[in-house]
Amino acid sequence: MAEKVLVLVGTKKGVFIAESDAARKSWNLRGPYCEHWPINHAVADPETGTIYAGGGSEWFGPAVWKSEDLGETWTHSSEGLAYEEGKEPVSQVWSLAKRNGTLYAGVQPAGLFASKDGGKSWTHMDGLQKHPTRPDWNPGGAGLILHSLVPDLDDDNRMWVGISAAGVFGTDDGGKTWETRNKGTRADFNPEDQRYPDFGQCVHNVVKAPGMKDRLYQQNHCGMYRSDDAGRSWVSIEAGLPSTFGFPAAAHPRDPDTLFLLPLNGDSKGRYMPDAAAAVYRTRDAGNTWQDLRNGLPQENAYFGVLRQAMATDSLDKAGVYFGTGGGALFASNDEGDSWVTIAEHLPAIHSVETAVLRA
Amino acid sequence: MDQKVDSRANAGEVNVTLAAPLADLFPGAPRRTRVVAGDVDHMVDALDEKWPGMRDRICDTRPAIRKHMNIFVEGKRATLETPLRPGTDVYVLTAISGG
Repeated sequence: MAEKVLVLVGTKKGVFIAESDAARKSWNLRGPYCEHWPINHAVADPETGTIYAGGGSEWFGPAVWKSEDLGETWTHSSEGLAYEEGKEPVSQVWSLAKRNGTLYAGVQPAGLFASKDGGKSWTHMDGLQKHPTRPDWNPGGAGLILHSLVPDLDDDNRMWVGISAAGVFGTDDGGKTWETRNKGTRADFNPEDQRYPDFGQCVHNVVKAPGMKDRLYQQNHCGMYRSDDAGRSWVSIEAGLPSTFGFPAAAHPRDPDTLFLLPLNGDSKGRYMPDAAAAVYRTRDAGNTWQDLRNGLPQENAYFGVLRQAMATDSLDKAGVYFGTGGGALFASNDEGDSWVTIAEHLPAIHSVETAVLRA
Repeated sequence: MDQKVDSRANAGEVNVTLAAPLADLFPGAPRRTRVVAGDVDHMVDALDEKWPGMRDRICDTRPAIRKHMNIFVEGKRATLETPLRPGTDVYVLTAISGG
């Protein structure tokens, strides 16, 4: 069946959409959309093709934009996307995820909202704010943001979130109550005897592996981890990687043992490609071993970083892999990372990359 | 009667100029319009009634005029509490911001 592949790119100056067919050999780029607002995350509902884009304008505040015609026209709303009067206002939307009929939004300052009407209006899921650790959450470099929003697509009661820099939290009751899920992840920035706290880790990105109920992967400021018990404990899988530091992780669409990473050279070394040579790292065995993938990626003067939501896979076979850089380059692989092409080179700083495979 | 109720009860028509980037967010919204309002808060409500969602773009939930938005009344930066005399010209502007 004919298929249309969309790569949704959230940037500092709006949303761009790259489009191809199932072969994913040539790409058309269009945009910018969303009135040039900074967009932190753009996602598509694979069932309907509806695109949602979350961000925040310095002038106009936070909003979720929506397009039901693949980007041609857009509406925006932030109705209900707010804390009570007197509290620090929501400044930006950082992450979006759709599960069944509900659209979820993670925001700054860290909190979780839900919309049952496709983003027209929002309700605060205040269970997270009631967690006893909430008064002690401290912001990471980008602020106190809820950036990783991982609903369990097979269980409406389960969800995980990553908050910088409060750590990973999980719920088993639809968001009414939450637990810290950080056991085994390091906080190297703490004093030596406090490196494994209950919360306060600087999680950079959390993804769920497909086909395994309880497997998660996490790129952290301080290491790379896998959990096989829904985040209740984590094991290090950083051996074989060039550094312990990076931002994004992207799961394979079908194989729970395959994961893609983009390690940077280190948190205090400039945060660019190790040795200024770009490589995606792939594991096929759940993080026991890693392979660097460089074919088609720049191997000199690659002084770029890749942000936490700026790498994604698509659902085709072989899976496509995509990432966007802080310098506005967008790279694509149609063969699970074995070879790469450049889709665009001069976009605004790329905040997020997501995909949608639609029946044409 | 408190000041807010008082100013709304005595409201007259005011002339509002909207910054282009703000008007552009609401299809059909003109750059210049007239609303009946006794203070700035009342004016923002009146704009929101005409173009639902406009209040969220001008104000945050403290509530206050957004940090990078300015509303000028009779040549001075206003707050939500600033009273408006009938016939007053009000400018809703985007401040210098961003990169």
